[in-house]
Amino acid sequence: MSLPTDDPARPEVLARLDRVRHRYADTLALDDVSLALHPGEVLALLGPNGAGKSTLLGLLCGRLRPQEGRVELCGGDPREARSRQSLGVMLQQASLPEMLRVGELLEGQAAAYASPRSTAGTLALAGLSELAARPYGSLSGGQQRRVQFALALVGRPRLVFVDEPTTGLDADARRAFWGVLRGLRAEGVAMILTTHYIEEADALADRVVVLHRGRILAEGTPMELKARTSRSGPQGLEDAVLDLIREAA
Amino acid sequence: MNPLSFDASAVPSVRRAYASEIRLALLQLWRTPAFAIPTLLFPLAFYGLFGLLLPAPEAGAEVARYLLASYGAFGVIGPALFGFGVGMAMERQMGWLALKQVSPLPMGAYFAGKLAGALVFGLAVVVGLGLMAAGFGGVVLAPGQWLLLAGVLVLGSLPFCAMGLWVATLVDARAAVAVVNLIYLPMSVLSGLWFPIHFFPEAMQALALLLPAYHLGELALGVVGARQPDVASSVVVLAAYGLLFLALAARANAGRAD
Repeated sequence: MSLPTDDPARPEVLARLDRVRHRYADTLALDDVSLALHPGEVLALLGPNGAGKSTLLGLLCGRLRPQEGRVELCGGDPREARSRQSLGVMLQQASLPEMLRVGELLEGQAAAYASPRSTAGTLALAGLSELAARPYGSLSGGQQRRVQFALALVGRPRLVFVDEPTTGLDADARRAFWGVLRGLRAEGVAMILTTHYIEEADALADRVVVLHRGRILAEGTPMELKARTSRSGPQGLEDAVLDLIREAA
Repeated sequence: MNPLSFDASAVPSVRRAYASEIRLALLQLWRTPAFAIPTLLFPLAFYGLFGLLLPAPEAGAEVARYLLASYGAFGVIGPALFGFGVGMAMERQMGWLALKQVSPLPMGAYFAGKLAGALVFGLAVVVGLGLMAAGFGGVVLAPGQWLLLAGVLVLGSLPFCAMGLWVATLVDARAAVAVVNLIYLPMSVLSGLWFPIHFFPEAMQALALLLPAYHLGELALGVVGARQPDVASSVVVLAAYGLLFLALAARANAGRAD
Protein backbone atom coordinates (compact mmCIF):
# COMPACT_ATOMS: atom_id res chain seq x y z
CA MET A 1 0.00 0.00 0.00
CA SER A 2 1.29 3.45 -0.81
CA LEU A 3 1.04 5.77 2.13
CA PRO A 4 0.02 9.39 1.70
CA THR A 5 3.36 10.46 3.14
CA ASP A 6 5.47 8.36 0.77
CA ASP A 7 7.63 10.35 -1.60
CA PRO A 8 8.65 8.36 -4.69
CA ALA A 9 11.60 10.65 -5.24
CA ARG A 10 12.97 9.80 -1.79
CA PRO A 11 12.28 6.16 -1.09
CA GLU A 12 14.23 5.92 2.15
CA VAL A 13 12.16 6.79 5.19
CA LEU A 14 13.92 7.23 8.54
CA ALA A 15 10.84 7.71 10.67
CA ARG A 16 7.23 7.00 9.91
CA LEU A 17 3.87 7.17 11.63
CA ASP A 18 1.06 5.46 9.80
CA ARG A 19 -2.51 6.21 10.92
CA VAL A 20 -1.54 6.44 14.56
CA ARG A 21 -4.03 7.02 17.34
CA HIS A 22 -3.02 7.42 20.95
CA ARG A 23 -5.21 8.18 23.90
CA TYR A 24 -4.66 9.06 27.56
CA ALA A 25 -7.80 8.16 29.50
CA ASP A 26 -10.49 10.38 27.93
CA THR A 27 -8.09 12.55 25.93
CA LEU A 28 -7.26 11.69 22.35
CA ALA A 29 -3.63 12.84 22.09
CA LEU A 30 -3.07 11.75 18.49
CA ASP A 31 -5.85 11.03 16.02
CA ASP A 32 -5.09 9.30 12.74
CA VAL A 33 -1.68 10.89 12.27
CA SER A 34 0.56 9.85 9.39
CA LEU A 35 3.88 11.35 8.47
CA ALA A 36 7.28 10.32 7.17
CA LEU A 37 10.75 11.80 7.48
CA HIS A 38 13.45 11.36 4.86
CA PRO A 39 17.24 11.67 5.11
CA GLY A 40 18.48 15.23 5.28
CA GLU A 41 15.03 16.65 5.94
CA VAL A 42 14.22 19.06 8.75
CA LEU A 43 10.63 18.79 9.90
CA ALA A 44 9.30 21.34 12.35
CA LEU A 45 6.48 20.18 14.54
CA LEU A 46 4.38 23.15 15.66
CA GLY A 47 1.25 23.50 17.69
CA PRO A 48 -0.08 24.79 20.98
CA ASN A 49 0.52 22.99 24.27
CA GLY A 50 -1.43 19.77 24.33
CA ALA A 51 -1.49 19.48 20.53
CA GLY A 52 0.17 16.06 20.64
CA LYS A 53 3.80 16.94 19.87
CA SER A 54 5.27 15.19 22.91
CA THR A 55 3.15 12.11 22.31
CA LEU A 56 4.31 11.97 18.72
CA LEU A 57 7.97 12.21 19.76
CA GLY A 58 7.39 9.72 22.57
CA LEU A 59 6.07 7.21 20.03
CA LEU A 60 8.90 7.80 17.60
CA CYS A 61 11.63 7.36 20.17
CA GLY A 62 10.07 4.27 21.69
CA ARG A 63 8.90 5.62 25.02
CA LEU A 64 5.27 4.97 24.14
CA ARG A 65 3.61 2.02 22.45
CA PRO A 66 1.12 3.00 19.72
CA GLN A 67 -2.40 1.97 20.61
CA GLU A 68 -3.49 2.04 16.96
CA GLY A 69 -1.48 2.34 13.78
CA ARG A 70 2.17 1.70 13.05
CA VAL A 71 5.35 3.52 14.04
CA GLU A 72 8.71 2.85 12.43
CA LEU A 73 12.15 4.14 13.18
CA CYS A 74 14.88 3.33 10.65
CA GLY A 75 12.83 0.43 9.40
CA GLY A 76 12.28 -1.11 12.82
CA ASP A 77 10.27 -0.82 15.99
CA PRO A 78 11.44 2.23 17.96
CA ARG A 79 10.96 0.23 21.17
CA GLU A 80 13.88 -1.96 20.14
CA ALA A 81 17.31 -0.59 21.08
CA ARG A 82 18.84 -1.45 17.70
CA SER A 83 16.33 0.81 15.93
CA ARG A 84 17.55 3.66 18.11
CA GLN A 85 21.19 3.20 17.06
CA SER A 86 20.56 5.86 14.38
CA LEU A 87 18.72 8.23 16.69
CA GLY A 88 19.89 11.13 18.82
CA VAL A 89 17.46 12.89 21.13
CA MET A 90 17.56 16.22 22.91
CA LEU A 91 14.67 16.34 25.33
CA GLN A 92 13.05 19.57 26.44
CA GLN A 93 12.98 18.71 30.10
CA ALA A 94 16.07 16.78 31.03
CA SER A 95 18.84 17.64 33.39
CA LEU A 96 21.95 15.58 33.77
CA PRO A 97 23.79 14.51 36.92
CA GLU A 98 25.44 17.65 38.21
CA MET A 99 28.56 16.02 39.55
CA LEU A 100 29.56 14.29 36.33
CA ARG A 101 31.95 16.11 34.02
CA VAL A 102 30.96 17.04 30.48
CA GLY A 103 33.51 14.66 28.97
CA GLU A 104 32.34 11.81 31.19
CA LEU A 105 28.73 12.37 30.18
CA LEU A 106 29.64 12.24 26.52
CA GLU A 107 31.78 9.13 26.94
CA GLY A 108 28.92 7.44 28.77
CA GLN A 109 26.43 8.28 26.05
CA ALA A 110 28.85 7.23 23.30
CA ALA A 111 29.24 3.80 24.89
CA ALA A 112 25.67 2.91 23.90
CA TYR A 113 26.36 3.39 20.18
CA ALA A 114 28.06 1.17 17.66
CA SER A 115 30.12 3.83 15.88
CA PRO A 116 30.03 7.02 17.90
CA ARG A 117 31.91 10.21 17.22
CA SER A 118 34.97 10.96 19.29
CA THR A 119 34.33 12.89 22.47
CA ALA A 120 36.68 15.66 21.31
CA GLY A 121 34.94 15.89 17.94
CA THR A 122 31.52 16.12 19.54
CA LEU A 123 32.67 18.72 22.01
CA ALA A 124 34.05 20.79 19.14
CA LEU A 125 30.84 20.41 17.12
CA ALA A 126 28.75 21.66 20.04
CA GLY A 127 31.22 24.42 20.95
CA LEU A 128 32.09 22.81 24.26
CA SER A 129 35.79 22.02 23.86
CA GLU A 130 36.79 24.26 26.75
CA LEU A 131 34.25 22.71 29.10
CA ALA A 132 35.12 19.00 28.89
CA ALA A 133 36.49 18.83 32.43
CA ARG A 134 33.77 20.96 34.01
CA PRO A 135 31.07 19.33 36.15
CA TYR A 136 27.69 19.67 34.48
CA GLY A 137 26.27 21.41 37.54
CA SER A 138 28.80 24.24 37.26
CA LEU A 139 27.64 25.24 33.75
CA SER A 140 25.24 28.03 32.81
CA GLY A 141 21.78 27.14 31.51
CA GLY A 142 22.84 27.75 27.91
CA GLN A 143 25.96 25.63 28.29
CA GLN A 144 23.88 22.84 29.81
CA ARG A 145 21.56 22.89 26.78
CA ARG A 146 24.62 22.60 24.52
CA VAL A 147 25.80 19.57 26.49
CA GLN A 148 22.37 17.99 26.03
CA PHE A 149 22.64 18.72 22.32
CA ALA A 150 26.12 17.15 22.25
CA LEU A 151 24.67 14.00 23.84
CA ALA A 152 22.17 13.83 20.98
CA LEU A 153 24.99 13.99 18.43
CA VAL A 154 27.68 11.79 19.96
CA GLY A 155 26.19 8.56 18.59
CA ARG A 156 26.63 9.81 15.00
CA PRO A 157 22.85 9.68 14.41
CA ARG A 158 21.09 9.78 11.06
CA LEU A 159 18.04 11.21 12.74
CA VAL A 160 17.89 13.75 15.56
CA PHE A 161 14.89 14.84 17.62
CA VAL A 162 15.39 18.25 19.16
CA ASP A 163 12.66 19.39 21.53
CA GLU A 164 12.69 23.14 22.21
CA PRO A 165 16.46 23.21 21.66
CA THR A 166 17.11 26.91 22.00
CA THR A 167 14.96 27.71 25.03
CA GLY A 168 17.18 29.65 27.41
CA LEU A 169 19.80 30.51 24.78
CA ASP A 170 20.65 34.11 23.95
CA ALA A 171 20.34 35.38 20.37
CA ASP A 172 23.98 34.72 19.47
CA ALA A 173 23.93 31.23 20.88
CA ARG A 174 20.66 30.51 19.07
CA ARG A 175 22.16 31.59 15.73
CA ALA A 176 25.24 29.46 16.39
CA PHE A 177 22.98 26.53 17.18
CA TRP A 178 21.08 27.03 13.93
CA GLY A 179 24.42 26.93 12.11
CA VAL A 180 25.21 23.54 13.62
CA LEU A 181 21.77 22.19 12.67
CA ARG A 182 22.20 23.42 9.10
CA GLY A 183 25.60 21.73 8.95
CA LEU A 184 24.05 18.46 10.11
CA ARG A 185 21.30 18.71 7.52
CA ALA A 186 23.89 19.32 4.81
CA GLU A 187 25.53 16.08 5.87
CA GLY A 188 22.27 14.18 5.41
CA VAL A 189 21.06 14.10 9.02
CA ALA A 190 17.28 14.33 9.33
CA MET A 191 15.71 16.26 12.17
CA ILE A 192 12.42 16.71 13.90
CA LEU A 193 12.33 20.05 15.63
CA THR A 194 9.70 21.20 18.06
CA THR A 195 9.87 24.81 19.04
CA HIS A 196 7.79 27.67 20.31
CA TYR A 197 10.06 30.08 18.39
CA ILE A 198 8.28 29.97 15.07
CA GLU A 199 11.00 32.05 13.41
CA GLU A 200 13.29 29.15 14.27
CA ALA A 201 11.07 26.77 12.34
CA ASP A 202 10.91 29.28 9.49
CA ALA A 203 14.70 29.54 9.41
CA LEU A 204 15.46 25.83 9.60
CA ALA A 205 12.60 23.65 8.44
CA ASP A 206 12.09 22.13 5.02
CA ARG A 207 8.61 21.09 6.06
CA VAL A 208 6.28 22.22 8.82
CA VAL A 209 3.58 20.10 10.40
CA VAL A 210 1.01 21.96 12.49
CA LEU A 211 -0.66 19.77 15.08
CA HIS A 212 -3.87 20.78 16.79
CA ARG A 213 -5.88 18.63 19.19
CA GLY A 214 -4.01 15.55 18.07
CA ARG A 215 -4.60 15.97 14.35
CA ILE A 216 -2.42 17.30 11.57
CA LEU A 217 -4.00 20.65 10.80
CA ALA A 218 -1.63 21.63 8.03
CA GLU A 219 1.55 20.41 6.44
CA GLY A 220 3.88 22.00 3.91
CA THR A 221 6.95 24.10 3.41
CA PRO A 222 7.09 27.36 5.37
CA MET A 223 6.35 29.19 2.11
CA GLU A 224 3.30 27.06 1.41
CA LEU A 225 1.89 27.64 4.88
CA LYS A 226 2.48 31.38 4.66
CA ALA A 227 0.62 31.42 1.35
CA ARG A 228 -2.43 29.78 2.96
CA THR A 229 -3.20 32.60 5.33
CA SER A 230 -6.26 34.65 4.51
CA ARG A 231 -4.65 37.89 5.66
CA SER A 232 -3.64 40.39 3.04
CA GLY A 233 -0.05 41.47 2.55
CA PRO A 234 3.15 39.58 3.36
CA GLN A 235 2.79 37.33 6.40
CA GLY A 236 5.26 35.54 8.57
CA LEU A 237 5.04 31.88 9.44
CA GLU A 238 3.88 32.76 12.96
CA ASP A 239 0.84 34.65 11.60
CA ALA A 240 0.05 31.80 9.26
CA VAL A 241 0.24 29.17 11.99
CA LEU A 242 -1.82 31.26 14.42
CA ASP A 243 -4.48 31.85 11.73
CA LEU A 244 -4.67 28.13 11.01
CA ILE A 245 -5.10 27.29 14.67
CA ARG A 246 -7.66 30.03 15.21
CA GLU A 247 -9.69 28.87 12.25
CA ALA A 248 -9.64 25.31 13.52
CA ALA A 249 -10.59 26.24 17.08
CA MET B 1 35.08 8.46 6.87
CA ASN B 2 32.58 11.26 6.62
CA PRO B 3 32.12 12.46 10.19
CA LEU B 4 28.37 12.01 9.85
CA SER B 5 28.30 8.80 7.88
CA PHE B 6 26.58 5.92 9.56
CA ASP B 7 27.80 2.36 9.45
CA ALA B 8 24.65 0.26 9.61
CA SER B 9 26.62 -2.94 10.01
CA ALA B 10 28.42 -1.78 13.15
CA VAL B 11 27.37 -3.58 16.30
CA PRO B 12 27.44 -1.84 19.67
CA SER B 13 29.64 -3.35 22.35
CA VAL B 14 27.40 -4.55 25.15
CA ARG B 15 30.40 -4.96 27.43
CA ARG B 16 31.47 -1.36 26.82
CA ALA B 17 27.95 -0.11 27.56
CA TYR B 18 27.80 -2.03 30.85
CA ALA B 19 31.31 -0.98 31.89
CA SER B 20 30.58 2.65 31.12
CA GLU B 21 27.30 2.68 33.06
CA ILE B 22 28.97 1.05 36.07
CA ARG B 23 31.80 3.59 36.00
CA LEU B 24 29.41 6.53 35.72
CA ALA B 25 27.17 5.20 38.49
CA LEU B 26 30.11 4.78 40.87
CA LEU B 27 31.52 8.23 40.03
CA GLN B 28 28.11 9.76 40.52
CA LEU B 29 27.60 8.17 43.95
CA TRP B 30 31.15 8.89 45.11
CA ARG B 31 30.77 12.56 44.20
CA THR B 32 27.38 12.92 45.87
CA PRO B 33 28.12 13.77 49.50
CA ALA B 34 24.45 13.44 50.48
CA PHE B 35 24.71 9.77 49.52
CA ALA B 36 28.32 8.83 50.17
CA ILE B 37 28.76 10.37 53.62
CA PRO B 38 25.71 8.93 55.39
CA THR B 39 25.89 5.52 53.74
CA LEU B 40 29.59 5.08 54.49
CA LEU B 41 29.99 6.91 57.77
CA PHE B 42 26.77 6.36 59.71
CA PRO B 43 27.16 2.58 60.14
CA LEU B 44 30.82 3.05 61.09
CA ALA B 45 30.00 5.82 63.56
CA PHE B 46 27.17 3.82 65.16
CA TYR B 47 29.38 0.76 65.36
CA GLY B 48 32.18 2.78 66.92
CA LEU B 49 29.80 4.15 69.53
CA PHE B 50 27.60 1.15 70.36
CA GLY B 51 29.98 -1.65 69.43
CA LEU B 52 33.32 -0.34 70.64
CA LEU B 53 33.04 2.60 73.04
CA LEU B 54 29.94 1.97 75.16
CA PRO B 55 30.01 -1.78 75.96
CA ALA B 56 31.45 -2.89 79.31
CA PRO B 57 35.04 -4.16 78.93
CA GLU B 58 34.17 -7.75 79.94
CA ALA B 59 31.51 -8.00 77.21
CA GLY B 60 33.46 -5.93 74.67
CA ALA B 61 34.60 -8.54 72.16
CA GLU B 62 31.28 -10.37 72.21
CA VAL B 63 29.28 -7.19 71.63
CA ALA B 64 31.73 -6.07 68.96
CA ARG B 65 31.34 -9.39 67.16
CA TYR B 66 27.54 -9.34 67.38
CA LEU B 67 27.23 -5.76 66.19
CA LEU B 68 29.78 -6.32 63.42
CA ALA B 69 27.25 -8.67 61.85
CA SER B 70 24.08 -6.71 62.66
CA TYR B 71 25.49 -3.27 61.74
CA GLY B 72 26.98 -4.93 58.68
CA ALA B 73 23.44 -5.84 57.63
CA PHE B 74 22.27 -2.32 58.50
CA GLY B 75 25.19 -0.87 56.53
CA VAL B 76 24.57 -2.78 53.29
CA ILE B 77 20.83 -2.14 53.29
CA GLY B 78 21.39 1.66 53.20
CA PRO B 79 23.17 1.88 49.82
CA ALA B 80 20.72 -0.65 48.38
CA LEU B 81 17.62 1.31 49.40
CA PHE B 82 18.99 4.80 48.83
CA GLY B 83 21.03 4.01 45.72
CA PHE B 84 18.14 2.37 43.96
CA GLY B 85 15.11 3.98 45.55
CA VAL B 86 16.19 7.58 45.84
CA GLY B 87 18.80 7.55 43.06
CA MET B 88 16.51 6.15 40.43
CA ALA B 89 13.51 8.26 41.46
CA MET B 90 15.71 11.36 41.16
CA GLU B 91 17.01 10.34 37.77
CA ARG B 92 13.51 9.70 36.51
CA GLN B 93 12.35 13.10 37.75
CA MET B 94 15.36 14.84 36.17
CA GLY B 95 14.69 13.28 32.78
CA TRP B 96 18.07 11.50 32.87
CA LEU B 97 16.37 8.11 32.90
CA ALA B 98 14.22 9.17 29.91
CA LEU B 99 17.38 10.10 28.02
CA LYS B 100 18.78 6.64 28.73
CA GLN B 101 15.52 5.05 27.58
CA VAL B 102 15.51 6.82 24.22
CA SER B 103 19.17 5.99 23.60
CA PRO B 104 20.13 2.51 22.38
CA LEU B 105 21.60 1.69 25.79
CA PRO B 106 20.47 -1.74 27.01
CA MET B 107 18.45 -0.95 30.12
CA GLY B 108 20.24 -3.83 31.79
CA ALA B 109 23.38 -1.69 31.70
CA TYR B 110 21.62 1.10 33.57
CA PHE B 111 20.46 -1.33 36.26
CA ALA B 112 23.93 -2.90 36.39
CA GLY B 113 25.31 0.54 37.21
CA LYS B 114 22.80 1.05 39.97
CA LEU B 115 23.47 -2.45 41.29
CA ALA B 116 27.23 -1.95 41.22
CA GLY B 117 26.85 1.28 43.18
CA ALA B 118 24.83 -0.44 45.89
CA LEU B 119 27.12 -3.44 46.12
CA VAL B 120 30.41 -1.53 46.07
CA PHE B 121 29.27 0.93 48.72
CA GLY B 122 27.87 -1.96 50.75
CA LEU B 123 31.20 -3.76 50.50
CA ALA B 124 33.04 -0.60 51.57
CA VAL B 125 30.86 -0.43 54.70
CA VAL B 126 31.59 -4.08 55.50
CA VAL B 127 35.33 -3.58 55.02
CA GLY B 128 35.26 -0.48 57.23
CA LEU B 129 33.33 -2.28 59.95
CA GLY B 130 35.69 -5.25 59.70
CA LEU B 131 38.76 -3.06 60.12
CA MET B 132 37.23 -1.38 63.16
CA ALA B 133 36.12 -4.68 64.65
CA ALA B 134 39.49 -6.35 64.16
CA GLY B 135 41.57 -3.29 65.03
CA PHE B 136 39.69 -1.92 68.04
CA GLY B 137 37.08 -4.48 69.07
CA GLY B 138 39.23 -7.54 69.48
CA VAL B 139 37.11 -9.48 67.00
CA VAL B 140 38.96 -12.48 65.64
CA LEU B 141 37.50 -14.40 62.69
CA ALA B 142 39.09 -16.94 60.39
CA PRO B 143 39.91 -15.60 56.90
CA GLY B 144 37.12 -17.75 55.46
CA GLN B 145 34.65 -16.23 57.93
CA TRP B 146 35.62 -12.70 56.91
CA LEU B 147 35.10 -13.55 53.26
CA LEU B 148 31.84 -15.35 53.95
CA LEU B 149 30.58 -12.45 56.05
CA ALA B 150 31.35 -9.99 53.26
CA GLY B 151 29.75 -12.27 50.68
CA VAL B 152 26.60 -12.90 52.72
CA LEU B 153 26.11 -9.23 53.50
CA VAL B 154 26.79 -7.93 50.01
CA LEU B 155 24.71 -10.57 48.22
CA GLY B 156 22.09 -10.33 50.94
CA SER B 157 21.55 -6.69 50.02
CA LEU B 158 20.07 -7.71 46.65
CA PRO B 159 16.47 -8.02 47.90
CA PHE B 160 16.79 -4.50 49.31
CA CYS B 161 17.96 -3.27 45.90
CA ALA B 162 14.72 -4.73 44.55
CA MET B 163 12.79 -3.01 47.35
CA GLY B 164 14.45 0.30 46.42
CA LEU B 165 13.61 -0.28 42.78
CA TRP B 166 9.97 -0.75 43.68
CA VAL B 167 9.93 2.47 45.70
CA ALA B 168 11.51 4.30 42.76
CA THR B 169 8.75 3.14 40.42
CA LEU B 170 6.03 4.33 42.80
CA VAL B 171 6.96 7.82 43.93
CA ASP B 172 8.87 10.92 42.92
CA ALA B 173 12.30 11.83 44.25
CA ARG B 174 11.23 13.84 47.27
CA ALA B 175 8.73 11.24 48.36
CA ALA B 176 11.31 8.49 47.75
CA VAL B 177 13.64 10.04 50.35
CA ALA B 178 10.82 10.07 52.90
CA VAL B 179 9.60 6.58 52.04
CA VAL B 180 13.08 5.06 52.19
CA ASN B 181 13.77 6.74 55.52
CA LEU B 182 10.44 5.47 56.82
CA ILE B 183 11.39 1.95 55.80
CA TYR B 184 15.10 1.86 56.57
CA LEU B 185 15.47 2.79 60.20
CA PRO B 186 12.26 1.26 61.60
CA MET B 187 12.82 -1.97 59.68
CA SER B 188 16.42 -2.14 60.90
CA VAL B 189 15.47 -1.59 64.53
CA LEU B 190 12.49 -3.97 64.41
CA SER B 191 14.68 -6.61 62.75
CA GLY B 192 17.15 -6.61 65.62
CA LEU B 193 19.98 -4.94 63.75
CA TRP B 194 20.42 -2.36 66.53
CA PHE B 195 19.43 -4.45 69.55
CA PRO B 196 18.75 -8.20 69.75
CA ILE B 197 15.03 -8.81 69.34
CA HIS B 198 14.74 -10.64 72.66
CA PHE B 199 14.67 -7.16 74.25
CA PHE B 200 11.36 -6.55 72.43
CA PRO B 201 7.82 -7.59 73.43
CA GLU B 202 6.70 -10.90 71.97
CA ALA B 203 4.47 -9.32 69.33
CA MET B 204 7.40 -7.30 68.02
CA GLN B 205 9.59 -10.40 68.02
CA ALA B 206 6.98 -12.16 65.89
CA LEU B 207 6.89 -9.18 63.55
CA ALA B 208 10.68 -9.30 63.16
CA LEU B 209 10.47 -12.81 61.74
CA LEU B 210 8.48 -11.42 58.81
CA LEU B 211 11.03 -8.77 57.89
CA PRO B 212 13.77 -9.39 55.31
CA ALA B 213 16.32 -7.40 57.31
CA TYR B 214 15.90 -9.80 60.24
CA HIS B 215 16.82 -12.73 58.00
CA LEU B 216 19.87 -10.96 56.59
CA GLY B 217 20.95 -10.18 60.15
CA GLU B 218 20.44 -13.80 61.16
CA LEU B 219 22.61 -15.06 58.30
CA ALA B 220 25.38 -12.60 59.17
CA LEU B 221 25.15 -13.44 62.87
CA GLY B 222 25.45 -17.09 61.93
CA VAL B 223 28.69 -16.41 60.04
CA VAL B 224 30.33 -14.73 63.07
CA GLY B 225 29.12 -17.49 65.39
CA ALA B 226 26.67 -15.36 67.36
CA ARG B 227 23.64 -17.41 66.23
CA GLN B 228 22.75 -20.76 64.77
CA PRO B 229 20.20 -19.61 62.22
CA ASP B 230 18.02 -21.71 59.94
CA VAL B 231 20.07 -20.75 56.92
CA ALA B 232 17.77 -22.28 54.32
CA SER B 233 14.68 -20.52 55.69
CA SER B 234 16.40 -17.17 55.81
CA VAL B 235 17.74 -17.56 52.27
CA VAL B 236 14.28 -18.53 51.00
CA VAL B 237 12.66 -15.57 52.75
CA LEU B 238 15.22 -13.15 51.30
CA ALA B 239 14.89 -14.63 47.81
CA ALA B 240 11.11 -14.49 48.03
CA TYR B 241 11.20 -10.84 49.08
CA GLY B 242 13.61 -10.07 46.25
CA LEU B 243 11.34 -11.68 43.66
CA LEU B 244 8.24 -10.07 45.13
CA PHE B 245 9.74 -6.57 44.95
CA LEU B 246 11.02 -7.16 41.42
CA ALA B 247 7.57 -8.28 40.34
CA LEU B 248 5.94 -5.27 42.01
CA ALA B 249 8.46 -2.93 40.37
CA ALA B 250 7.90 -4.48 36.95
CA ARG B 251 4.15 -4.15 37.35
CA ALA B 252 4.36 -0.54 38.51
CA ASN B 253 6.73 0.28 35.66
CA ALA B 254 4.45 -1.30 33.07
CA GLY B 255 1.55 0.78 34.35
CA ARG B 256 3.69 3.92 34.17
CA ALA B 257 4.87 3.23 30.61
CA ASP B 258 1.36 2.87 29.22
